[in-house]
Amino acid sequence: MKRDLLAALFIARKDLRTEFRTKEALNAAVSFALVVLVLFSFAFDLERSELYDISGGLLWIIYLFAGSLIVNRSFTREVPNDCLDVLVASPVPAWALFLGKAISSFTLLMVVELVSLPFYGLFNNIIWMKTFWPHFGLMLLATWGITVTGVAFSAVTVNVRLRELMLPVLHYPLLIPLLIGAMEMSTALLRGDAVDNGPNLRLIVVFDAIFTSLSLYLIEFILVT
Amino acid sequence: MNAIAADRVWKYFGDYPALRGATFEAAPGACVALLGRNGAGKTTLLRIIANLSKPTRGEVTIFGEPAGGKTRERIGYLGHGIGVYDDLSAIENLTLFGQLMHVANPAAAAGAALERVGLGRVREGFAREFSRGMRQRLAIARAFLHNPEVLLLDEPFTSLDDRAIGVLHDLLRDALKNGATIVMSTHQIREAMELATQVALLERGRIVHSGPRTVEMLADPGWLYRKYEEKPQ
Repeated sequence: MKRDLLAALFIARKDLRTEFRTKEALNAAVSFALVVLVLFSFAFDLERSELYDISGGLLWIIYLFAGSLIVNRSFTREVPNDCLDVLVASPVPAWALFLGKAISSFTLLMVVELVSLPFYGLFNNIIWMKTFWPHFGLMLLATWGITVTGVAFSAVTVNVRLRELMLPVLHYPLLIPLLIGAMEMSTALLRGDAVDNGPNLRLIVVFDAIFTSLSLYLIEFILVT
Repeated sequence: MNAIAADRVWKYFGDYPALRGATFEAAPGACVALLGRNGAGKTTLLRIIANLSKPTRGEVTIFGEPAGGKTRERIGYLGHGIGVYDDLSAIENLTLFGQLMHVANPAAAAGAALERVGLGRVREGFAREFSRGMRQRLAIARAFLHNPEVLLLDEPFTSLDDRAIGVLHDLLRDALKNGATIVMSTHQIREAMELATQVALLERGRIVHSGPRTVEMLADPGWLYRKYEEKPQ
């Protein structure tokens, strides 16, 4: 078990090393997030209070779209030179391979989110620093949910010709409950509402637990057909 | 106990049967040349033995255990793709695979493996900067890194120059001396026959011949193909 967890970390480190060298997904995701932020700031002519009302929705839509660019690369990165075959044929169990991929994609998506958050505040005149730490906790939980499902679908679509199109088609509908919870919580946190976030938090935690367990269990059947 | 046993293995891709009840055995220490024309099912059979693909019917065992799970530690696989990362250096690639293959002291093993295939001087070079032959040598070093008991090699001589073929021959001879079992699919029959102790011929998904390499095969690499062309199954 310890050996397999270590293998997951080696795979995550390899993915991060190659990504920080090439910056293929990272540059695309950060640029995309910033461009959409700019467009949103021009698209809506809203009062300040109205901006806060839609702040959670805007934020998580941007994170979701940027996240697609990140998770799509997770297994696609293994396609050149048939590296996926070597990993699957190695003693590393499929769940450890999946976990490594999920950790690297999660890290990259968190980087994109943390880089774009200050710009989001700047362009939309939203004060986000006051509730940064609870919001950061929410970002960790919801981003794990986006990542873990996205990486699983990235494995499903890795050999599909139109994988870039297929991934969002499969991925987004599944994320609806998670996104509703994350959007409502973000809006409440940014507005500074004294509301009970417990139900949304539970929804996100349960979503993460279910889909992490399912993905870890099913990945062997996805990769070896 | 056989090192590898494939028992009536069928594999369908859609409606097309790539393997039709292929049955094949390799004793420990055997070097099997797996021959067959394009589309005969060689790669599919090797992928099933490596547990990269599940048979539709039939079973494959490695030292008596069903392929997959713990048998993966005993296998070294070299497929059509070289299986190394273009954006990692040669030493980074092999160290990573050493770590994943549970090699003791992966960095030292990676350095020694690079020296062995003649890539010691370019160990810090990125795989994407290598020529095709150098990349293939790096792939060979990767497949042999953990001294596997079973080596599955799919067209290992492709794109190798004479020197690299010599390196591969040496590695294969050493592996055989250490008791490894080798199955290699190839169209370079002459190179394969020099090392093979057993020859298997696949025709349209069936093993039509499996037996020891004979003097006729060594003298005339096309002999086996002609024999089975004359007697269609």
